[in-house]
Amino acid sequence: MREVLEQLTQEFAGRIAAAPSYPDQLYAAIAIADIPAIAAALRSRHSARLAAVFAEDRVRPEAAFYNYYVFERRGNPCYLILRARIPAEDPRFPSLAPALPSVNWQEREIHDWFGIQAEGHPNPRRVALHDNWPDVHPLRKDFPLHTALPAFEGDQHVYRPTLGEGVFQIPVGPVHAGIIEPGHFNFAVAGEPILYLQLRMFYTHKGTEKLFEQLPAQKGVFLAESVSGDSAFSHATAFCQAVEKASGMDVPSRAGFMRTVLLELERIDNHIADVGAIAMDVGFVIANAHAGRLREMALAINEELTGSRLLRGMACLGGVRRDWSASQIAALRDAIATLEREFRDLVALLKSSDSTRDRLERTGFLHPEKASALGIVGVGGRASGIDLDVRRDHPYAAYRHLSWRVPVYQEGDVLRRMQVRIDEVFESVAMLRAALGDLPGGPHRAPDLVIEPGRCALSAVEGWRGEILYWVRTGPANRIERCKIKDPSMNNWPGLVEAVQGNIIADFPVINKSFNLSYSGTDR
Amino acid sequence: MFKILQKTLRAGTVTQPYPETAASLASGFRGLPEFDLENWRDARPAADACPSGAIAVTDAGRFRTVTVDYGRCILCGECAAVTPEGAVRVGRNFEAAATDRKALVISAQYTLDAEGRQTCLVRAAPEIGRQLTRQIHRILGRSLAIREVDAGSCNGCELEIVALNNSVHDIERFGIHFVASPRHADMLLVTGPVTRNMELALRKTYDATPDPKLVVAVGACGISGGIFGTNYATRGGVDQVIPVDVYIPGCPPRPEALLFGILMAVGRLRNRQ
Ligand code: SF4
Repeated sequence: MREVLEQLTQEFAGRIAAAPSYPDQLYAAIAIADIPAIAAALRSRHSARLAAVFAEDRVRPEAAFYNYYVFERRGNPCYLILRARIPAEDPRFPSLAPALPSVNWQEREIHDWFGIQAEGHPNPRRVALHDNWPDVHPLRKDFPLHTALPAFEGDQHVYRPTLGEGVFQIPVGPVHAGIIEPGHFNFAVAGEPILYLQLRMFYTHKGTEKLFEQLPAQKGVFLAESVSGDSAFSHATAFCQAVEKASGMDVPSRAGFMRTVLLELERIDNHIADVGAIAMDVGFVIANAHAGRLREMALAINEELTGSRLLRGMACLGGVRRDWSASQIAALRDAIATLEREFRDLVALLKSSDSTRDRLERTGFLHPEKASALGIVGVGGRASGIDLDVRRDHPYAAYRHLSWRVPVYQEGDVLRRMQVRIDEVFESVAMLRAALGDLPGGPHRAPDLVIEPGRCALSAVEGWRGEILYWVRTGPANRIERCKIKDPSMNNWPGLVEAVQGNIIADFPVINKSFNLSYSGTDR
Repeated sequence: MFKILQKTLRAGTVTQPYPETAASLASGFRGLPEFDLENWRDARPAADACPSGAIAVTDAGRFRTVTVDYGRCILCGECAAVTPEGAVRVGRNFEAAATDRKALVISAQYTLDAEGRQTCLVRAAPEIGRQLTRQIHRILGRSLAIREVDAGSCNGCELEIVALNNSVHDIERFGIHFVASPRHADMLLVTGPVTRNMELALRKTYDATPDPKLVVAVGACGISGGIFGTNYATRGGVDQVIPVDVYIPGCPPRPEALLFGILMAVGRLRNRQ
């Protein structure tokens, strides 16, 4: 990325300035007016991917907001983070969404949270705040966390009308029929096939990013565990890594290995549950019953190792909160062996059913080109030809000591999204064995460090769903001044919208399940 | 077909008989913290460390009131880690559901020495016990239809509620099942914190549920807002929006804790043999 930055600096002579950086994340200051040209150059000439766009309020110290653009490039472990000043008295920036659909929601979010206008955005409606919210921008520093907003009035959201003979609208949610998170789906159907789907998210918005700004970093770890409860350890690790990087804290190597073990256990228990749930949604009940049983085994070993079935209370700054005894590690080895054997049986059971394959193949097809334009990450991306894996591309914890195969398919259907999970469970099992074999001795946690104020850092984790990004700015008294969270679901919801088109409405549940996105992680 | 049968037979019976017998817990399981009120010399470190604000210390002159709200506790164990002398321990109890919100709060009054250390326990409100088998709705005592409502949770509670339906916990053995519509439900099982955006949907769901009905608030967030508390985007606990009959602490409550609270709500908990 250093060469890329040098070339850019020449092309945009004098308008790009290198800023304090880390070996694996380069910062540079740009003029906000240049971002469309720079982004286009990075994409076309350097085949870089825009991983995230977000903003920060620096009005009090610097009379400005800042936008951040995080780029990465395949095969290069370094991120390039462009930082653009936006004067407080003229809060607007040129939208990249016309050329880059993947930033559509992110740019609208910047408007909702900070009141910075995305100029030229093709669909500048609110995305994060519902239409019945008053005119507020909660992530501005002059908006207190405990602001008592007046009673909401009017519609939560206005949907585009559906016109045409025989075309109907089917509203679903926010309270769904199953035991899942809330969101609103508005289907337009002509007979059985779905013409298009309008989504309304952010029902579970809890003010999380704002709340991070009020908590000492040590307590922020627990909040990160509650961003998306099925990814508690991944989110908490991403937060810890960001703070550690910002304060120059080294994590002992034993802790890195233990984190890796827990991250892979989180992947295994969720993937097993999803494989079962996909089978369930096409009527293969017995397969789901076995998956449920396996998942309980996985949760039991989680509890043995961390005290919590969902791996809570284990992440901490500088390492992990508790060490493991020899008997805990022995229990883990046994559990891995049983899980692998049983999961192999489950997969054989699934493969023996032609009718299951028939329902899953070519269902919910997401074209690789669409997936790439929308910036789909994680499982959904790998099933549609997008070869991304943060563990390999930006190694953290102990991943640089391990090797594995990243499963990538081109077919982009429900079957392949299930297959990616199946492959990954086996890969994770092998990684667990290798990690335990090489588990170093020494401390599991670095001594407490005082956090240096005014430092920024990005951190990335490949959660079981995909790329989780955290960006923090540290403040005085061990506090965090800004915590940006990007769950992989944020990019992937529009992928679901694409994938359901033309499918019959009865297949929606299984298509939705094959993505299994996080509402809370999106809404925060 | 043969393979399926073979696999099923080989797996055998996996359903746990809880609550007839004790739950099988991993040795490392962290339950609710336990407080030795008599020998607790200084509650301040625990109050400072508690991420969810479950422990509060209020000093007035030479007296101190310490409260512990199990309705906020996320079972992190930090209070025990920072308290010397073993006055606070990580326990293994999870059966803490209560019909009364106040029953989840312990409070203790102390006299203090010059350094602000607690010298003598003056008064303590009862520790949570099993104030159980109160039959709220006898009429619902046989079969029960539950509608789950996520009013803003992180999805942790939902995972454990889903687990109630797997073959290990199998809530259907009690004639209890989850239904797709509040119109068919006897009980709303609600997770939180209730967000501003879900408030209306929760009220409408409550109104759509026929009487007699029960409401169970699940988890630290459903009881009190948990680590999120109340803020511009959340209303806090479920009882800020609709009346609640039973509170189930935990973060998230494990399936057995959920079962315990649900059975309590319908007066079907019997003493264990
Ligand atoms: S275990 Fe509960 S009471 Fe103790 S510090 Fe954690 S949240 Fe607070």
